[in-house]
Amino acid sequence: MSSHLLSLAIWVPIVGGIIVLALGSERRCAARWVSLAFAIAGFLVTIPLFTSFDAAKSGMQFVEMGSWIPRFNVNYFLGVDGISVLFVLLNAFITILVVLAGWEVIEDKVAQYMAAFLIMSGLMNGIFSALDAVLFYVFFEASLIPMYIIIGVWGGPNRVYAAFKFFLYTLLGSLLMLVALIYLFLESGGSFNILDWHVLRLEMGPQVLIFIAFLMSFAVKVPMWPVHTWLPDAHVEAPTGGSVVLAAIALKLGAYGFVRFSLPITPDASHYMAPFIITLSLIAVVYIGFVALVQADMKKLVAYSSISHMGFVTLGFFIFNQLGVEGALIQMLSHGFVSGAMFLCIGVMYDRVHSRQISDYGGVVNTMPKFAAFFLFFAMANSGLPATSGFVGEFMVALGAIKFNFWVGLTAATTLVLGAAYTLWMVKRVAFGAVANHHVAELTDINGREFLVLALLAIAVLAMGVYPFPFTDVMHASVDNLLKHVAVSKL
Amino acid sequence: MEMKTIYLLIPLMPLFGAIIAGFFSRAIGRAGAHSVTILGVLVSFLLSLLVLKDVLAGNTFNGPVYTWLESGGLKMEVGFLIDRLTAVMLVVVTFVSLMVHVYTIGYMAHDEDNWPADSKAGTHSYQRFFSYISLFTFSMLMLVMSNNFVQLFFGWEAVGLVSYLLIGFWSTRPTAIYANLKAFLVNRVGDFGFLMGIGLVAAYAGSLDYATVFGKSKELATMTEAVTGWPLITAICIGLFIGAMGKSAQFPLHVWLPDSMEGPTPISALIHAATMVTAGIFMVSRMSPLFELSETALSFVIVIGSITALFMALIAIVQTDIKRVVAYSTLSQLGYMTAALGASAYSAAIFHLMTHAFFKAVLFLGAGSVIIAMHHEQDMRRMGGLRKYMPVTFATVLIGAIANAGLPPFAGFFSKDSIIEAVQLAHVPGAGFAYAALLAGVFVGGFYSFRLVFFTFFGEERFRHAPAHDTHDAHGHDDHGDHGHHGPVEPHESPKVVTVPLILLAIPAIASGWLIGPMLFGGYFGDAIFISQEHHGMAHMQEEFHGVIPMILHGLTSVPFWLALAGAGTAWFLYIARPELPGIIKAKAGVLSTILEKKYGFDEFNEWFFAGGARLVGRGLWKGGDQVLIDGVAVNGSARVVGWVAAVVRLFQTGHIYQYAFSMIIGVFVLLTLWFNRV
Repeated sequence: MSSHLLSLAIWVPIVGGIIVLALGSERRCAARWVSLAFAIAGFLVTIPLFTSFDAAKSGMQFVEMGSWIPRFNVNYFLGVDGISVLFVLLNAFITILVVLAGWEVIEDKVAQYMAAFLIMSGLMNGIFSALDAVLFYVFFEASLIPMYIIIGVWGGPNRVYAAFKFFLYTLLGSLLMLVALIYLFLESGGSFNILDWHVLRLEMGPQVLIFIAFLMSFAVKVPMWPVHTWLPDAHVEAPTGGSVVLAAIALKLGAYGFVRFSLPITPDASHYMAPFIITLSLIAVVYIGFVALVQADMKKLVAYSSISHMGFVTLGFFIFNQLGVEGALIQMLSHGFVSGAMFLCIGVMYDRVHSRQISDYGGVVNTMPKFAAFFLFFAMANSGLPATSGFVGEFMVALGAIKFNFWVGLTAATTLVLGAAYTLWMVKRVAFGAVANHHVAELTDINGREFLVLALLAIAVLAMGVYPFPFTDVMHASVDNLLKHVAVSKL
Repeated sequence: MEMKTIYLLIPLMPLFGAIIAGFFSRAIGRAGAHSVTILGVLVSFLLSLLVLKDVLAGNTFNGPVYTWLESGGLKMEVGFLIDRLTAVMLVVVTFVSLMVHVYTIGYMAHDEDNWPADSKAGTHSYQRFFSYISLFTFSMLMLVMSNNFVQLFFGWEAVGLVSYLLIGFWSTRPTAIYANLKAFLVNRVGDFGFLMGIGLVAAYAGSLDYATVFGKSKELATMTEAVTGWPLITAICIGLFIGAMGKSAQFPLHVWLPDSMEGPTPISALIHAATMVTAGIFMVSRMSPLFELSETALSFVIVIGSITALFMALIAIVQTDIKRVVAYSTLSQLGYMTAALGASAYSAAIFHLMTHAFFKAVLFLGAGSVIIAMHHEQDMRRMGGLRKYMPVTFATVLIGAIANAGLPPFAGFFSKDSIIEAVQLAHVPGAGFAYAALLAGVFVGGFYSFRLVFFTFFGEERFRHAPAHDTHDAHGHDDHGDHGHHGPVEPHESPKVVTVPLILLAIPAIASGWLIGPMLFGGYFGDAIFISQEHHGMAHMQEEFHGVIPMILHGLTSVPFWLALAGAGTAWFLYIARPELPGIIKAKAGVLSTILEKKYGFDEFNEWFFAGGARLVGRGLWKGGDQVLIDGVAVNGSARVVGWVAAVVRLFQTGHIYQYAFSMIIGVFVLLTLWFNRV
């Protein structure tokens, strides 16, 4: 079947971004509407990916293949399976919200701001659908640039430091990944086809080295403890939209890398290194949970909460059972909605008071009751309340972990208490109580645009919590296939 | 109508009411909100009666509604199990909920006074309150109707959420938002155990469906947990029971319940007395096929229950806040139910759950009626002599108190007596201690119940004195900011919307005990509850039971009756005959009364150790781990190493040709040496 849906998903936003850039920074209004149009178009072209996806098949679908650099056998090779297709959709959906969220808030260089997000959205779709390693690497690295620019141009006072830290941290890992890709190219007799690598036989020594090289790259992106310290800084300095994309999509790239590269290409090394990864994941859940508790800056708190939630994702992957892996994937999607919403909520307050310090707020519910309802709802989702999406993934991973090992399950389950403690304590201090100061007294409740953005996310969070069946149904065949790859030794 | 449609409608009607009242509060107004929610709950109640009738005719149902999720061979469904246990719960929950809905019309009529004038948080608070209590009813119904662990957990957490929303309903009050966070977090500690229990069930039984799991219970009882080596069934049961300890406020996770009194009184009655807190009791009864196979777990349950029953009752005798007396009494009664579970007397526990739901709702709603009359005064030291002014409230509270004390022929007598007898007959380790604690608890229960009645409705009319704010105790909770209109008050009886629910609840508080014959000994529960052959306490009691009248007559000669009467008499002596005595005793028994007033110091300890400790650990890891070790040493350290290397390398780049030439020669020399010495 020849279809160009994936190409459209990648290039519609990128072309849109270029057109918006061409409009110039004078025509703000046009830039906003054109961006919105392209973001919606970008989302619309991804819908057939989901509706006509054949959940019974484990292989790649909507495959596109064209020669790109014949000398090195590099191809423009795209395709999605039940794992990646959901992230393409998530990405396209979040892009609409980010455009809406920046609508009136960004007044400086509107066209460039919107274009950066559109282009980044296209590049990220490229990452999720690339099946050629070089193509993947190009998208993977290129996606850093818009994010770097977003933080560096529209960020807070310390933005240059944060942008550099973000860039260098992630670049270091990427270089090691490049080495691994070249090694695999040579070892496979000159193929950059990721699917070929999935069946490539490898000795234990090279497997472990390749695993470590990938780990260095992906662990930074996830981020896993202890290479996580760039994330709170990046979030604090990034504008709201940047934080949303960073949390909702960018953090998923590393985790996706584990599923697409580490597990199937180096299954023996994955098993060998699993105790190490599980330990790091559990440290992320518990250690970061405690750290989140004492944060005074709301964005830092939610950033740490993200790291803790991503600990559940890496944990789920490396316990190698279906509950764990599917739970981790669900957790990734849910975290996209919930953390995105949390950052949007903080953005709503920041736009009005220009502070992210918890101590500058108190009693927000008295002046912004509608906003407070959303804030509490997303906070509950962040604490993993059943009937919200936040529960589903955590529950599945916890069940998988208890099955894997009682103590691992027990340690992971502490998030039930810690997650609720840091999230709801923040809500208590920010939203509840008497009006704390004149800033809070002068707050105005959310407007129609903000309401729309938060309501869309709330619907997504609720729908996924009440009926997660379609999401897991899509991924079963692919996850089974993945687990089969992991179970078979390549030695 | 098909039964399956009825089952669906029972939870969905309140949900529908909650959605309408919550999202369309402005459009439908106050009357619209209470009409739609009351109608929803009324329909649920009537349908529940229908279900009860159907179940009594011998019909049960166990089936899915939809598949929520499927993964790793686990099919997780939303589905209903309708049997006799469920049917009792349905009727109790919807009836009490209906009464509370009606009562709320009166209680929340002037809720705008409870909010700061310039706050928008109080906008449509009346509608919001109705939305919440209907949402609660939905959640509770989903919990009791579930046929699987996932939906159970959903209902479990959902009632916790609504409890959180309602304790903190008056969100501008610092004490309310402290109490609701505390309640949520303590419950989460329980849920942590609950999740571990469910996880072990999923891992070893390979299913989360009740019927399938119970079918494998014998098999599970022979297994050990692979990693820890623990007996599997004990680990599962204790995990699940830790969940029950959180939700049903058992020692030492009881600390949240007294503080939950910060919420408006109707929810204290509905959630924190009659229904939600009994979810743990219901859950353990539902899990009887598992608990029956673990003596260790039963022993743990009976000891925790009896500790709660006695020691929480003791705190009730020093409380002066009318709601807190009832709250501690609730804790104690929940302890009785839990002890019954440990004695394998599940039916007695559920029976006490039912009678307690009625008489405790009466006590709470009666207390609420007093609080309205006293203009939101909750301190009994400023009440007294109210029986003349509020005859209906007085009569109903008196009924509730007699039932609570366990005196015949009121409902509490039958259920409490059955529990005590079952515990006496139990043989699990700790049953002896439990029996002694429960007996002592009867005396204390008689005392605090009548102390409340005498303190509030008899004696001097202390509210006539000008309120002396300096004597306000240190509970902190009555700092409601609405003391402005506290002149000497002229109390009067509450309106009909308040008194009619009180009367309607007082009737079963008297009469529901007479159902003991069919419910406990008539095989009502049938297959819904499983009792192992070795635990023959209930069977033995069944042989002894010859009807309600003989039981009352026998009760009059038994120890518990005289203990309860002695408690009541002591209360009369101390608060009617010699009202100056309590003050003297308090002064004499300084340490003891301080211990009780401090509630054994749990709050202080938790605040210091858990809350303070967690913050300390968090700060330590953040400053020491993230900032010093990772950023300081690793990140900036490697940056420094790069800088240092660069500084050294820079030394070679001097720009002098002779130095470059010299290094080149050295390099060539080294390479040649290596080349010549190659192997």
